Amino acid sequence: MKALTMKATLLAAALAAGGCAGTASQKEVLATDKSQVEQRAFQTRAFDTSDKEQTLRAVIQTLQDFGFIIDRADAVLGAVSATKLDGYSLRMTVTVRPRGATQVLVRANAQYQIKAVTDPKPYQNFFTALERSMFLKAHEVD
Amino acid sequence: MNTVRAGILLLVVVAAGCVQLPEDALLTPASLEQRQIETRRFEGIPEADLLSACAAVLQDLGYGVDSTDSRLGLITASKERGALDAGQIAGAVVLVLLTGVTMPTDKSQTIRASVVVYPAPGKSRNDHFVRLSLQRIVRTSNAGVTRSEWLRDPVLYQGFFEKLSQSVFLEAHKI
Repeated sequence: MKALTMKATLLAAALAAGGCAGTASQKEVLATDKSQVEQRAFQTRAFDTSDKEQTLRAVIQTLQDFGFIIDRADAVLGAVSATKLDGYSLRMTVTVRPRGATQVLVRANAQYQIKAVTDPKPYQNFFTALERSMFLKAHEVD
Repeated sequence: MNTVRAGILLLVVVAAGCVQLPEDALLTPASLEQRQIETRRFEGIPEADLLSACAAVLQDLGYGVDSTDSRLGLITASKERGALDAGQIAGAVVLVLLTGVTMPTDKSQTIRASVVVYPAPGKSRNDHFVRLSLQRIVRTSNAGVTRSEWLRDPVLYQGFFEKLSQSVFLEAHKI
């Protein structure tokens, strides 16, 4: 009887999983969780410096301080990718690019396990820590 | 027994379903204590020399370098090793003898390290901080089940920095 229940559970699980397989999940390739504009707003800050390399170093130190391992970084491209493993996997990519002659734009996005992080709070905390590390104020960008 | 397994299966499914960002993940930076464990100051050595000494120590310890950016003072490395733990296996054997429940034991692991060298505030251009981060992914005897951890044990960091100090000393004296 119990074995039968087990088999039925497995069958149900297999059917449920089968529903997600196939081409439907391909839509994830271009999918975003929130509106692009809204998401960009809380993932982006401007800093009053033209020093991209210094900003990247501050980003790396901030990520390390949060317990991330830096997977890779490219000073020319201005990108840093990092992963935090602590019973879960949290992946972050941060890019730094010039904004006019006097500012840099820092954009961060995070992925927790298999989902994009859409809650603004973690990003706010990241930028607050980055402000402290850079001794500069993070400006919100429209 | 099957009820237990079904229960565990249900628990796993439920746990996987609620993907919640743990409060501490991005909310709190490492404690001052953790920062001190992971960081050492080196004086009178140019950044490039210090970075290459770090690479040499990682190599001594059997790590393969995955990625570097010398302009940003960064090295990321990893190694694959066994993760057999005699104590854990003994525990699993006792458990299976007493209850018939097989407990998965650690089998292999990927250890990841990133080293960042950055200028220390002060007058000298050749004073730097080196910060090491260590994590590992452990695979168990139960295929597909893995565990990931942030390695926080101070002994691990101390061991790396002792080797780095020796290496820097030898380099400085051209031995």
